[in-house]
Amino acid sequence: MSDLETFRSETRAWLEANCPPEMREPIRSEKDSVWGGRDQSAMTPAQKQWMDAMGAKGWTVPDWPKEYGGGGLSAAEAKVLREEMARIRARNPLSSFGISMLGPALLKYGTEEQKKEHLPKIARGEIRWCQGYSEPNAGSDLASLATSAEDKGDHFLVNGQKVWTSYANYADWIFCLVRTDKTNKHNGISFVLFDMQTPGVSTKPILLISGYSPFCETFFDNVKVPKENLVGELNKGWDVAKYLLGHEREMISNMGLGGGGKNPLIDGAIATIGLDHDGRLADPLLRAKIAEFEVRSKAFAAQSERFIDELKAGRAHPAQPSMMKYYGTELNKSRHELIMASGGSDNLEWESERSRGGAPARDWLRTKANSIEGGTSEVQLNIISKRILELPGA
Amino acid sequence: MPLFLNDDQTMLRDTARDFVADAAPVSHMRKLRDSKDETGFSRDLWKQFADMGFTGILVGEDHGGLGLGHVEAGVVLEEIGRNLSPSPFLQTAVAAVEALKGTPHAERWFPGIVAGETVAALALDEGAKFRASVSMKAERSGNGFKLTGAKQFVHHGHVADFVIVSARTAGAADDQDGVTLFAVPKDAAGMTARAERLTDASLAARIEFDGVEVDADAVIGEVDAGRKPLDRLLRAGRAGAAAEMLGVGAGAMDMTIGYIKERKQFGTLIGSFQALQHRAAHLYSEMEVARAAVLKAQQLLDAGDDKADAAVSVAKAMTGLATMLSVQEGIQMHGGIGMTDEYDIGFYMKRQRVLAELFGDANYHADRLAQAAGY
Ligand SMILES: Cc1cc2nc3c(=O)[nH]c(=O)nc-3n(C[C@H](O)[C@H](O)[C@H](O)COP(=O)(O)OP(=O)(O)OC[C@H]3O[C@@H](n4cnc5c(N)ncnc54)[C@H](O)[C@@H]3O)c2cc1C
Repeated sequence: MSDLETFRSETRAWLEANCPPEMREPIRSEKDSVWGGRDQSAMTPAQKQWMDAMGAKGWTVPDWPKEYGGGGLSAAEAKVLREEMARIRARNPLSSFGISMLGPALLKYGTEEQKKEHLPKIARGEIRWCQGYSEPNAGSDLASLATSAEDKGDHFLVNGQKVWTSYANYADWIFCLVRTDKTNKHNGISFVLFDMQTPGVSTKPILLISGYSPFCETFFDNVKVPKENLVGELNKGWDVAKYLLGHEREMISNMGLGGGGKNPLIDGAIATIGLDHDGRLADPLLRAKIAEFEVRSKAFAAQSERFIDELKAGRAHPAQPSMMKYYGTELNKSRHELIMASGGSDNLEWESERSRGGAPARDWLRTKANSIEGGTSEVQLNIISKRILELPGA
Repeated sequence: MPLFLNDDQTMLRDTARDFVADAAPVSHMRKLRDSKDETGFSRDLWKQFADMGFTGILVGEDHGGLGLGHVEAGVVLEEIGRNLSPSPFLQTAVAAVEALKGTPHAERWFPGIVAGETVAALALDEGAKFRASVSMKAERSGNGFKLTGAKQFVHHGHVADFVIVSARTAGAADDQDGVTLFAVPKDAAGMTARAERLTDASLAARIEFDGVEVDADAVIGEVDAGRKPLDRLLRAGRAGAAAEMLGVGAGAMDMTIGYIKERKQFGTLIGSFQALQHRAAHLYSEMEVARAAVLKAQQLLDAGDDKADAAVSVAKAMTGLATMLSVQEGIQMHGGIGMTDEYDIGFYMKRQRVLAELFGDANYHADRLAQAAGY
């Protein structure tokens, strides 16, 4: 047996022994995702067991180095792990901005102390992070952000306001863009980390159209941030921010994939609409739309695989995450449009038990943000046209 | 296996890219069209394909081929597509070779194919749209069969050295069983091929089979069990058509993006207008997704994976959607010049339409996936 085959059979056995049956059910709503953090009281026993088992092995972050809490797997082994997890339909053990955004940025720009301090806690789901980028007057034009950080010798004094900070009210720490030089737009921004319990930090949840309130306004009033929490160089935070955004876009693009296995959209449509005497969905136009959607989503699954393979081999264009983000999120929005169309009035119930508290409708509404968060579709298209297609500037 | 070309495949692609662009650029096809050539391709070019080793890509080394796979065949097909090069490569070196592999027909036909001397045609379609059903009759007669019926959309059918024909030896049109595949030599009595020029200037024949007598050894595979070689042929042909179509879409996209980087209106390059940039970036995204779908299908085919069949339908449908967008945006973004015969972009539109129909269009393959998924 080759090393990879040995690894596969060992992985298969380990997953079999350690992945609880409840964690092999498809994710049915946003609430099924596990985010870790200091307060783990909301987790079910199965969720906690699964997160802890994977975290202890470093398999929440299979390709990070072992010394930072990762699995130390090669690209080929990580792929085997993904395949074996998909085979038993294992849920993602931990959703985390630490894993998908901050981690890669720290691995590239962090000091040894910063890596040793933060990465293992991210891997084990002990600390939950949030992202302090956007401000009321800095959305797509992020570099115009104004939250200030004054140099006070051993610390920065941070003042200002962030907005759209996802889960700020649940987060333990924040990675935050602050202005350290008012005279220079892009080269006056720094990237800092701080504990959300630091005096002067407060959050105010914002209710979404979905009725969920996953994000907040976040206020900083004379917040003291130790100097050693600066990531990268002073005034060079934009580089870190952009690098991180690439990873954020890559993560968001996965939405286009939906779950593994059979598309629940199809079962939903069959249940409400039924099949005709030829065994075809009795609404031929909807059937055609679903079928075309299936073509695109299967093709996009191949593209995601290709993108990851290229990324791991260092062959992907640095702006390619923008393409993935754009396509994946537009696809995910169309998936949820089709889910709503398939479910009919059943899916319109907002609070009933059978609709699991209105999950289909709320999830559908939530997906409308996919093409806004992490940089809008328009901004991704700007990036593709300028950086990949090299079209001229205005 | 990572989902990108390995070093050997990249080398082959570079070789094929240079060779096809040099030996058969779009102007080659234009010349054939303008001279009202009656073959539909250049025999001389086919010989050059053989000299490059391309014709034997899928032929095993025991028959003098390279023994490579669908990824490699696709690499060549993409360049054929990019240059709109008229060639029997897809039908002969890919689809026919796959159908004949491992049968006694390999002995007879592979040497000529590898040498660039033999051309095959595929007589499968019985109507204007590809369907899985087969009505054409093959009745037992003497120690062989007698073929009666008609086929259409047979590329190179009028000049091919042999024609692969699907016919019914038992059962009704829609039955899976009862289909037999035959290799019929071009001089068979009672077979008449009338070539018609298509939109893209290629030639495809309508073929009448008027009691054509063939020996029992004309059967490919087994009598009544022709679905097996036929499915092999179709899987290879579809993956190949998807690869060629990908080349058509990529060629049109490159030409279009090149154009909007140079064309000035309102005192500025039109490529700086966001309305065009966003559409170009969207097109790029669709083409990337289509490219991944094609490579995935080819790799699964090469691995003999049972998920290959569905992946091939995804690839054929996805390239159909993406390249259609590419050629349509191509004309639109070129503006008036895009409508002129003198400019090449229109050729891409025509070629895309032909390849889109070949072996089932995007709707056909989406429907196939839907049926397999039970809805
Ligand atoms: C659910 C959700 C979660 C989020 N989570 C976080 C988070 O955790 N942390 C965080 O910091 N931020 C977060 N955001 C903020 C998000 O990054 C911003 O909303 C986004 O960057 C867009 O900024 P804006 O809302 O100010 O829109 P604007 O920038 O005002 O854009 C309005 C419209 O104008 C278009 N537009 C703007 N500029 C251009 C241009 N140059 N060309 C073409 N069109 C343009 C946009 O595409 C959009 O359609 C989140 C947002 C959402 C919806």
